[in-house]
Amino acid sequence: MDVLRYIWELFDDRTGASEVWKRTAGHLVPPGTGWWYVFGSATLAAFIVQVVTGIALASVYTPSTESAYSTLQFISQQAAWGHLLRGLHYFGASAMILLIGIHVSRTYLMGSYKYPRELNWLTGAVLLVLVVVMGFTGQLLRWDQIAVWSVYIAAEQAGRVPFVGKALAHFILAGDQVGGATLTRFFAFHVFFIPALIFGFIGIHLYLVIRNGISEPPKPGRPVDTRTYRAWYEKMVKREGHPFWPSAAWRDVTFGVGMITVLVILAWFIGAPHLSRPPDPTILKAEPRPDWYLLWYYALLALLPHGIEPYVMVLGPLGFGLLLILLPLLANKGERSAWRRPWAIGVVILFWTMIVTLWIQGKKAPWSPAFAAKPLPASVIRASSGPVYRGGQLFHSAGCEACHNIAGYGGHRGPDLTTVGDRLTGDEITIRIVNGATNMPAFGGILSAKELNDLVAFLKSRKTQ
Amino acid sequence: MSDDNAQSNETENPAHRSEPGAMLRRTFLSGISLGLCGWAAFIVGVPIIGFLVAPIFKEPPRLWRSVGPVSKFKVGDTVEVTYEDTSALLWAGVTGKTAAWLRRKSDQEFVAFSVNCSHLGCPVRWVPTAHLFMCPCHGGIYYANGNVAAGPPPRGLTRFPVRVQNGNVEILTSPAPIT
Repeated sequence: MDVLRYIWELFDDRTGASEVWKRTAGHLVPPGTGWWYVFGSATLAAFIVQVVTGIALASVYTPSTESAYSTLQFISQQAAWGHLLRGLHYFGASAMILLIGIHVSRTYLMGSYKYPRELNWLTGAVLLVLVVVMGFTGQLLRWDQIAVWSVYIAAEQAGRVPFVGKALAHFILAGDQVGGATLTRFFAFHVFFIPALIFGFIGIHLYLVIRNGISEPPKPGRPVDTRTYRAWYEKMVKREGHPFWPSAAWRDVTFGVGMITVLVILAWFIGAPHLSRPPDPTILKAEPRPDWYLLWYYALLALLPHGIEPYVMVLGPLGFGLLLILLPLLANKGERSAWRRPWAIGVVILFWTMIVTLWIQGKKAPWSPAFAAKPLPASVIRASSGPVYRGGQLFHSAGCEACHNIAGYGGHRGPDLTTVGDRLTGDEITIRIVNGATNMPAFGGILSAKELNDLVAFLKSRKTQ
Repeated sequence: MSDDNAQSNETENPAHRSEPGAMLRRTFLSGISLGLCGWAAFIVGVPIIGFLVAPIFKEPPRLWRSVGPVSKFKVGDTVEVTYEDTSALLWAGVTGKTAAWLRRKSDQEFVAFSVNCSHLGCPVRWVPTAHLFMCPCHGGIYYANGNVAAGPPPRGLTRFPVRVQNGNVEILTSPAPIT
C-alpha cells in the first residue's frame, strides 16, 4: 500500500491532479439545485454514447456512395451487435436533441443566461446548432434513398439564400448533383469536423460553468444586479453551498445512467432505424421524410403560405440564431424568476406547442398525395354502370383520390368528399373541378366534357345515406 | 518554485523592466510571432479551403447522352429515362446515374423534364391516368407541360435539352436545378 501511496503522491505532485479535482469536481454548488439541473450533463452523457458508438460504427462503415448502403446492411443484419449499436447511435442522437432542447428551455426559463453567464449561454447556443447539424448529417450517412433526396432538400434550401445560394447548394452536393463526392464530404463533417467543434465548445462551456458558478435557483423579487451579483454569489455559495461532487453530482449520475439504460433498452428492443430503398437517384418511387427530430420542420415547409416560404427558409434559421445571440446581450440583468417573466413562459410554451403540433402534422403528412390509394370498390360507388359508375372510376384514375377522401379511401390534402353532394350543387362542383384552386389543379384542360359530366354525376351522388 | 521566488527577490527580472526599449522589443516579438502563425495558417489553409470549395467552381462537361432509339418511345407517353452523369467518380456506384421524365410529343418531337421538384428537389412522379406530376414530399403538383398546378413549388419543372440524333433520343446532361 505504501508503494501505491508513494506512486500516487509522486504522480499528484507532478500533475497537480488532486488540486484540479478539488477545483472542478469540488466546486461549490448553490443550495436547492434539484432535478431541473441534470439536463446539461445528461446531454453530455448522450454525447459520450454517440462518440463511442460512432467510433465503433466507423470501424465497419465505408463512406463511399457505392458501398455505404451495403456496409449499413451488413452492420444491421450480420455484424455482431451491429443492430444494437446502430440503434444506440440513433437513440443517442434522439436523446441529445431532446435533452439539449430541455436544457435550453430550463436555462431560459430560470434566467440562467443573465450576468455573468452570458457566454455560458452563447457557447451553449453554438452547441445547440452543432447538435442539430450532427442530427441532419447523421441521417445522411444512413446512405439510403431517403438520404439521397434529403441532400437535395438541403441543397435546395441553401439555394434560397440570396447571391451565394447556388454556390452553397453546390458545396452541399459537392458538385452539381448528388454523386461520388457527396457522401465523403458529409462523412468528414459528421465524424471529424463538427465533433471537434463540439469537443472544443463543451470544454469552454464547462470551464465557464466552473468559472461563473452554477446559477442558483431563481427567487421572484431577487433581480440580478451586474454591480453586486458576483460578490453576493461568492458569499452565498461559500456560506450555503455544497461541493458539486457528490452533493449535486449524484443526481446527474443517476439521471445520466438511467438515460443510458433506457437508450440501451430501446436499442435492444427496437434496434436500428429502418433502411429505405438503395441510394439510387433513378428510383423515383420515394417518400423522403426526415428523422423525427426534424419532422416538424418538414411539416412547416409544407404548410407555410407559398409566398413567404423563401423568406422563412432563409430568415427563419437566421432570425432564430440572432435571437439566441441577442438574448443574453440585451437582457443580462433584472429578474430571473419565470414568475416575474411571464413572456418567457409564453415563449417556451409557444415553442414546444409549435414543435409538437407541427410534428403531429408531419407524422400524418396530409399534404402528401396518396399514391397507394386503391380504386373505390363497388360498395362505395353504389353503381355498376352509367355515369355515376364511370365517375367513380375516374375519381381514382384522374388523380382526385390522391388528395380527396371518400369513405376512407384516398388522401387528405383537400376536403373529404364522402358527402359532397349535400354541400355543393352540380354546377358548383363543375366550377371547382374545371378551375381548380390554390392547392388543386384546374382539370378543365385535362378532362374531356364527357369525363367531367361523369365525375360530376358521381360526386353529386355522394350524399348522406 | 521557491528557489525561483528567492532569486527574483534578490535580482530584478530583466523581463519585467518597462523601459521603452524593452516594451518595443516585446511588442515586436509578439507581433512577429502572431504574424508567423497567421502565415502558417494561410499556407496550409488555402489548399484545404480550395480543396473543399472546388466543386462550386467546377463546371462538369455537358454531354448528349442517348436514352434509346426513337422507336422505343410511344407518342404521347411520358416515361422515366436514366443515363450516366458526365463526370461520375469511379466509386459513385448507383449515384452516378441520373433520371429524367421524357415524353414523345410527336414523331420527332420530345420533351424532357427534371425529376427534381422545384420546391425542394424531391423526385416527382408522373401519374399517367391523371396527366399530372405529383411530388411525394410537400404535395407539389404539376401539369403535363411542367407548369405548377398546385402546392408549394415556386415555378414549373425544369426542362432539359433533348434532341434526336441518328435515330436515337439524346438528353443533354444538366446540373440538378436549384431554385
